[in-house]
Amino acid sequence: MHMVAAINSALDNEMQRDKNVVLLGEDVGVNGGVFRVTDGLFKKYGADRVVDTPLAELSIVGLSIGMAAAGLKPVAEIQFSGFTYASFEQLVSHAARIRYRSGGKFTCPMVLRSPCGGGIHALELHSESNEAIYSHMPGLKVVIPSGPYEAKGLLISAIRSKDPVLFFEPMKLYRAFREEVPETPYEIPLGKANLGKEGKDVTIISWSTMYHVSMLAAKKMEEENGVSCEVIDLRTINPIDTDTIINSVKKTGRVVIVHEGPRNAGMGAEISAQITEKAMLSLHAPPIRVTGYDTPYPFYKTEKFYLPDIEKVIIGINKAMNF
Amino acid sequence: MDENGKVTGEMPKLTNDEIKELYKKMVTIRVYDDKTMKIQRQGRVGPYISYLGQEACQVGIAASLRKDDWFFPTYRDSGALYARGMPLKDVLLYWMGDARGFANAGNNFPICIPVGTHPPHAAGAAFAAKIKGKDYVSLATFGDGATSRGDFYEAMNFAGVFNLPVIFVVQNNQWAISVPRSRQTASQTIAQKAISAGIDGVVADGNDIFSVIKAIRYAADKARSGKGATVIELLTYRLGDHSSADDQKKYREQAEVETWKKKEPVERLKKYMLSKGLWSEKFEQDITAEATQAAEKAITDAENIPSQKLDELFENIFSEMTPNLKEELEELKEAYKDRSTESTNKVEKIEGSFP
Ligand SMILES: Cc1ncc(C[n+]2csc(CCOP(=O)(O)OP(=O)(O)O)c2C)c(N)n1
Ligand SMILES: [Mg+2]
Repeated sequence: MHMVAAINSALDNEMQRDKNVVLLGEDVGVNGGVFRVTDGLFKKYGADRVVDTPLAELSIVGLSIGMAAAGLKPVAEIQFSGFTYASFEQLVSHAARIRYRSGGKFTCPMVLRSPCGGGIHALELHSESNEAIYSHMPGLKVVIPSGPYEAKGLLISAIRSKDPVLFFEPMKLYRAFREEVPETPYEIPLGKANLGKEGKDVTIISWSTMYHVSMLAAKKMEEENGVSCEVIDLRTINPIDTDTIINSVKKTGRVVIVHEGPRNAGMGAEISAQITEKAMLSLHAPPIRVTGYDTPYPFYKTEKFYLPDIEKVIIGINKAMNF
Repeated sequence: MDENGKVTGEMPKLTNDEIKELYKKMVTIRVYDDKTMKIQRQGRVGPYISYLGQEACQVGIAASLRKDDWFFPTYRDSGALYARGMPLKDVLLYWMGDARGFANAGNNFPICIPVGTHPPHAAGAAFAAKIKGKDYVSLATFGDGATSRGDFYEAMNFAGVFNLPVIFVVQNNQWAISVPRSRQTASQTIAQKAISAGIDGVVADGNDIFSVIKAIRYAADKARSGKGATVIELLTYRLGDHSSADDQKKYREQAEVETWKKKEPVERLKKYMLSKGLWSEKFEQDITAEATQAAEKAITDAENIPSQKLDELFENIFSEMTPNLKEELEELKEAYKDRSTESTNKVEKIEGSFP
């Protein structure tokens, strides 16, 4: 299955298992979603459980909060992660805080799914990587899968989670490759990174599309320069799996963090701080960041200059190696 | 004007030459749209949004505004931008993923991509006119879907409270991608939402250019004379797919599309002109040929524009480049020191790309 089919299968499994799981969003019903992620579900589960909403992101999330508090399991879709901003106040001031504010009485077990990331020649605001913004807000879990198998297991865990989860889906990977994915449900725990590849000399930490770029750069460095790279796919951006990161860095002593979103106050900064606080004495070089720049995501003609690529990651690895 | 181009109400004041000019503009923007769609299919333009069927709205809006009036369009309004005098080449640049398209666009704001987020901007520009004692008006246009967003209600509300010279034009084309108008609101009309904000709401036939012009002139005159804001709902229909990535057959009855085809705006004006002796085969051929030539030249010009320098990617973020940006620019140059920094127009097909 490719990632679109894997996510569809996760939604199908969970809707089958739990009558309270309800999908809502723009074009998710009759049309099956603009990326066809919810294809067939409207027909199978009906208009009460797969809801085409008016065009209003704020209310898609706002209503999900009320639905979740009242016992449903809303899985809301915002058509692109660049359009989640209208729902920002609902997420931050309410979804993230209701458990805290009500002394645990009310909770918000909702999932917000949204396609993210660039490299697809899209229009403005259709290529955002805004996971850092939401990771900064206490009370929201943030997940980004890097492949079909992960996507299904992580989404099922997100739906079963007792907390609000933002589940970002890298558009570039939607149909990029296929993996063996079971038809039956399975969970991949939130908050656990995946060690994609073991190595001795340097740890590369990344996620989403950049995980694949990092893997390619790692292979190249190994084959051409004999540098042994360990590659971690973070998978859950908040909370970060610090144990996996620190264990790896203690072993390698060098680290490169690769992400697509802007650098300033991005996830690389947080990961780098955790490493310097917890593994300072193991480090042979400062943590290196290879990231998107502190500009808006560019118009697509120039997006290739913005995105971290194999060459940029290799420059980063060399910086760490030759410090 | 009815479907057959027969005048049914009071005509707006227009000379025969002006009517011919309106028709020419409608034909011209249809040719532009068609050409852009064609090169989009060849991978020479990225995702593109056609306004096929909405030409009377596009031209009618532009023709009823002054050059110094402010215009806040969406992705659906390339036609109105052409009709406002923006060069085809510049609008094409935008669709070719080039940041330079809107650098010289006068009082036309860049195309708004997040649906329904720009009505407050129009209200703000109108507020500025009021405070500065200027007599320009401000017009935002958007779709039926956009009227479900809070931004629209809030903008109307401010316009009412401050009596602003602003016009909100809803091009109700009956669909927001796959979601029908009936799913956006339970209210009978969209125009009636103006009532809750204490401003004027008007419904007009968006496929009848005369009806569009009458409505917008009415609202613009009113705004200019200090009598406040108007919501105009133009009833129209999107004849094509939502975008170059959409397939409208998945969600709507083709019989509905056929019904609306009979009401389409260009043919309708042509019928009117025929009945008045204003249209001829030759006129049609001449304006089509002129538009085709202009389109071809604009496409060549847009495709041959030199690549942006890497430096330009870091400009216009702030008024001055910050230390972070300077550092990142150097880093990018270093990463490209052995690679070409040409950007290409060619949009390769990538699996998993835009829907
Ligand atoms: C805030 C936001 N949400 C979703 C989208 C994706 N999207 C683009 S156009 C569109 C439908 C808009 O419909 P309408 O307002 O009726 O305008 P039309 O496209 O029909 O002209 C949607 C959902 C978007 N661009 N912005
Ligand atoms: Mg519409």
